[in-house]
Amino acid sequence: MWWKILLFIAMSAMIVISFMTPAPQKMIGESSRIFYYHIPQAWLGVLAFLMSMVYSIKYLMNRRQADDDSAVNAARLGFVFIVLATVTGSIFAKVTWGSFWNWDPRETSVFILLLIYGAYFALRGALDVEEKRAALGAVYSIFAFVTVPFLIFVVPRMVPSLHPEDSIVNSEMKFSMGPIVRMIFFSSLALFTVLYFWMFNLAQRVQRMVRVQMELED
Amino acid sequence: MPNRSAGLANKTLAVYVKDLRLELRTRYALNAILMFGVTTLAVVSFAVGQTGLSPKLLAALYWVIMFFSAMSGLSQGFVREEETGTALALKLTADPTAVYLGKLFFNFSLLSTMTIIITPLFFVFTDAPNDNLAPFVLILILGVIGLCGATTLIAAIIAKAAVKGALFAVLSFPLLLTLLIGLISASQKVFDGQTIMEIGTDLQFLVAYAVIMITGSILLFKFVWQE
Amino acid sequence: MFTLRTENLAKRFGPRKVFSGINFEITTGQSLAVVGHNGSGKSTLLKVLLAQLRPTKGKVEFARDNGPMDDAAIRDQVSFVAPYLTLYDHLTAEENLKFFATVAGDSITGKQVDSLLARVGLEGRGLDDVVGYSSGMKQRLKYAVAMLKKPAFLILDEPTSNLDQEGKEIVFNLIDEYRKESIIIIATNETEEYQLAEQICRLGQ
Repeated sequence: MWWKILLFIAMSAMIVISFMTPAPQKMIGESSRIFYYHIPQAWLGVLAFLMSMVYSIKYLMNRRQADDDSAVNAARLGFVFIVLATVTGSIFAKVTWGSFWNWDPRETSVFILLLIYGAYFALRGALDVEEKRAALGAVYSIFAFVTVPFLIFVVPRMVPSLHPEDSIVNSEMKFSMGPIVRMIFFSSLALFTVLYFWMFNLAQRVQRMVRVQMELED
Repeated sequence: MPNRSAGLANKTLAVYVKDLRLELRTRYALNAILMFGVTTLAVVSFAVGQTGLSPKLLAALYWVIMFFSAMSGLSQGFVREEETGTALALKLTADPTAVYLGKLFFNFSLLSTMTIIITPLFFVFTDAPNDNLAPFVLILILGVIGLCGATTLIAAIIAKAAVKGALFAVLSFPLLLTLLIGLISASQKVFDGQTIMEIGTDLQFLVAYAVIMITGSILLFKFVWQE
Repeated sequence: MFTLRTENLAKRFGPRKVFSGINFEITTGQSLAVVGHNGSGKSTLLKVLLAQLRPTKGKVEFARDNGPMDDAAIRDQVSFVAPYLTLYDHLTAEENLKFFATVAGDSITGKQVDSLLARVGLEGRGLDDVVGYSSGMKQRLKYAVAMLKKPAFLILDEPTSNLDQEGKEIVFNLIDEYRKESIIIIATNETEEYQLAEQICRLGQ
């Protein structure tokens, strides 16, 4: 229990500080504060996808229903975060570059990730036998994840980018941020990640209760 | 009673020849894919007119046509196998890898045939620069391999689902978008007059994509096929 | 020496229980009849044995003298005939036989094809497309495909469906011929057929 209260206090503090300190990027100004939120969301979108894929592999190896449930829970949360990342990114793009969508490589990558999640849920919806749904969903999840390295490393090099190079990982993969900005950014990243695992844990417990109930009804 | 001798290559060849034979007799997939290609090409060239298209637009149009044609026919191999019920007999006798590779080569032949017919028409209809063909042909070959490499496994997946047609494109598109971006980027450079050496990075990407997708498919296929 | 063993096998489709607690063990030279009324799960049980459906509980084990067999070994040793098993309509009977032989890793000569077709009473029809076959002829062709290998496991679902008297004789002779060296499993409702087996597994009680 205590850590939940601690998380609440820490997140509140992080949010307040993120608005009190000077804007992280002088050129872009106030709107650049969104990067404290936008990047952790995108990160969790990818992390959840990775987790979903790992659980999918586990499912195919052991055929345990619980692994499939975990894969779906991770994918659902990842979908929420990737939608948030898309929306925040789009708002930022409108303010900074004048239009909501520019097909910049990172926008493209996020969009593809969104489509993959969508396709994953569409596939599961089209299969009525539970084991079939689990196995084919798992295969698709793994197969789609194989393309992610291309999205992250290759596409940005093939299409010109609008993303502020010094905001996070620039093309040389180096971080260039001031100490305060760095502190806020990494605490936001850490806090959002803890939040994600908490939500994941809740989803897992709900799912398990549903399963138990189904078994009792039999 | 028969002699035991054949390895994976023979089994793959058997699946491939069987599919080719069925296709030549029924023409389910080839007709669909060809008509789709020609129709899309006609619509596109009619809509944008003949001259003054930038290399970027030309490259994009070309691969849009290829994508939609691929989507119209490449799922046929597995879908027919499931719908006619022959999948059961095949599953009980054949090595899954041979089935996958046979279908992959079959799709490769199908899409190549379509490409050979559509591409000259594309140059005729759109007046695309045709003085730099060698690198373009190379891109085409890698593109066809990449398209088939990514979609053959998806075809096997959707063959098991209730709504097949729409699902094939829905599942394939996110995986193909990366490939299409690479193909469009490379084709655009070729239309701009760049040589094979100059588009080396793009070609590396196309090769890497095809290798990874096909390897992934071979590893994952048995989980799909046995469902 | 081969063995087919099931351990507490159960299958349900969602909320509907098909069967449960199926235990049997048969070895080469023995035969088993699976009987039960329509919808009692005979075909489902066969599909579970053939790994085409996953059991809800329990397991199926194919074993050869010294241990369990892997997927490839099972494929090499199992022949299956059923009304819902379909061959390629747009290939000829000969092409079907050659395809299924090659894909299983065997090679087969034209002579062997002719003799197989003759055994199931389809001599002279090898060059016709299967699409023009009657359902009885298709059933006969499935037996020809099943005889491509010398199966250690012969699994038959409603073995004589669609067959005339002559066709039935062919099947009964075949079962007699394989009885000694194979494990035979027959799912049926016909008294005449399940009396062919020594053990009976009754479903749907």
